[in-house]
Amino acid sequence: MIQFKNVSKIYPINSEYTVALERVTFGIHPKEFISIAGQSGAGKTTLLRLLLKEEEPTKGEIFVDSQNLSSIRGRELPHYRRKLGAVFQDFKLLSHKNAYENIAFAMEAAGKTEEEIREDVPEILKIIGLSERAHHFPSQLSGGEKQRVAIGRALAHKPTILIADEPTGNLDPLHTWDIVRLLFKINEMGTTVILATHDREIINTIGKRVVTLDKGRVIRDEENGRYMA
Amino acid sequence: MVAIWRNIKLMWINFKRTIKSGLKSFWRNSWLSAATISIMVLTLLVISAMLMMNIIASVVLLNLSQKIDISVYFKLDATEENILIVKSQLEKLAEVERVDYVSQADALNQFKEKHKDNPYIIQSLQELGENPLEASLNIKAKNASQYEVISSFLEGISYNSIIDKVDYRQNKDVINKLDYIISNVKIMGLVLSIVLALIVVLVTFNAIRLAIYSSRDEVKVMRLVGANNWFIRGPFIIEGVLYGIVSSLITLAILYATIWFISPKISGFLPISDVFSYFWANFWEFLVLLLGTGIVLGVVSSFLAIRKYLKV
Repeated sequence: MIQFKNVSKIYPINSEYTVALERVTFGIHPKEFISIAGQSGAGKTTLLRLLLKEEEPTKGEIFVDSQNLSSIRGRELPHYRRKLGAVFQDFKLLSHKNAYENIAFAMEAAGKTEEEIREDVPEILKIIGLSERAHHFPSQLSGGEKQRVAIGRALAHKPTILIADEPTGNLDPLHTWDIVRLLFKINEMGTTVILATHDREIINTIGKRVVTLDKGRVIRDEENGRYMA
Repeated sequence: MVAIWRNIKLMWINFKRTIKSGLKSFWRNSWLSAATISIMVLTLLVISAMLMMNIIASVVLLNLSQKIDISVYFKLDATEENILIVKSQLEKLAEVERVDYVSQADALNQFKEKHKDNPYIIQSLQELGENPLEASLNIKAKNASQYEVISSFLEGISYNSIIDKVDYRQNKDVINKLDYIISNVKIMGLVLSIVLALIVVLVTFNAIRLAIYSSRDEVKVMRLVGANNWFIRGPFIIEGVLYGIVSSLITLAILYATIWFISPKISGFLPISDVFSYFWANFWEFLVLLLGTGIVLGVVSSFLAIRKYLKV
């Protein structure tokens, strides 16, 4: 479903070159739950940014549903992004919209009708367990709640792939497990989940496939993997 | 057919959403909206003040230039016949608007009328026994700059000998100065208006840019959620339209109040009889002009300002 083929990303910084990813090759199957492990600066975020097509690889190719990402032009980009749902460490919610509207916005952007939105948003709020807080603004929600809204928004256009970049990085342990359980639930409902994290405890508890990055290279790729660093 | 219908429906849904979302964020960011609007109100006030000043200045100057004329005084022994010949020669000049003949008798009557309250002057006139006043021609030129031509024409004609004096020579400085002022005020007014308009447009543009700058992260998020450019741009442009409408209405209200208040005070020394009724008579032009300026300013600024953040 997703293929990274010999992907390298090199950033020129002050006429020096920083290698963020080096000849990364691996594939992800449909409905898989995969963790990308590695320390800060190992290249996890770069990998996800390439997948979101926020940036272009310096070398190599990425395929999603056998479509080469480099062939996607500017106008088609919004359509491609609706295939993915993305969750970030800093939530990236729209601060002047409340929880309900944040989720509804993604559906509006995808051109869903009012009826669909009225039907789906309460459904999503129920999945993420925030039905009671639908009309709270991000500033009125706790970190864990914000992240759940972000996940709800990522689910709004029924993506086939959910990308989570350090979703628990800003959360306390209790909320961390809340979010991880929610990701599992979403995976069970049939969505491919890609979770990038440096949290050893999470990875070792999950017991699913782990791809470990170090200095931009894949150093391990194991089923039932553990994070050893 | 079904696909076209679906597209139209989608466009309508998006249009409604854009309006709604623009209204909402206008309302929720009410402080930012108020700041932007107050800057736009100042802009529009400056522009309309410039406009009013230009109108008033040109009316005043037109009025003043109509009051200028030159008078040719004829020697006491000049015959009326000869004076009328000079008059008809002057009337043939393209530069001349009108020539009025004031005979010796007319001049005396005017003089008596003017000084009827002064018994000494009347008395000394009676003692003099004869009419000491000269007949004259009052010449009005079409344009203030043409008096020089008329004056040199008078100096060149064969009847020069019966002319006592041309008071253009005495008024020359005043007339030239006025002519200079008239043409300069018009140019200065125009230049100043353009410069000021440019400055205030830039200030407004920056105000709107700051408003959008404060939501740059949101724009990025919208891009990541898969919103296309028009979907993001739309609400900002609606906000720009709202800024334009609200600020032009406020400006109009301020203008209305100001003119209502000062109109009676300045009407006394202005040739426009009543500034307020002038404003009222041109109310719709003002409204359309202000609305148009406000909306164009708001929309163009929004459009340009957001362009930068859509390149994610």
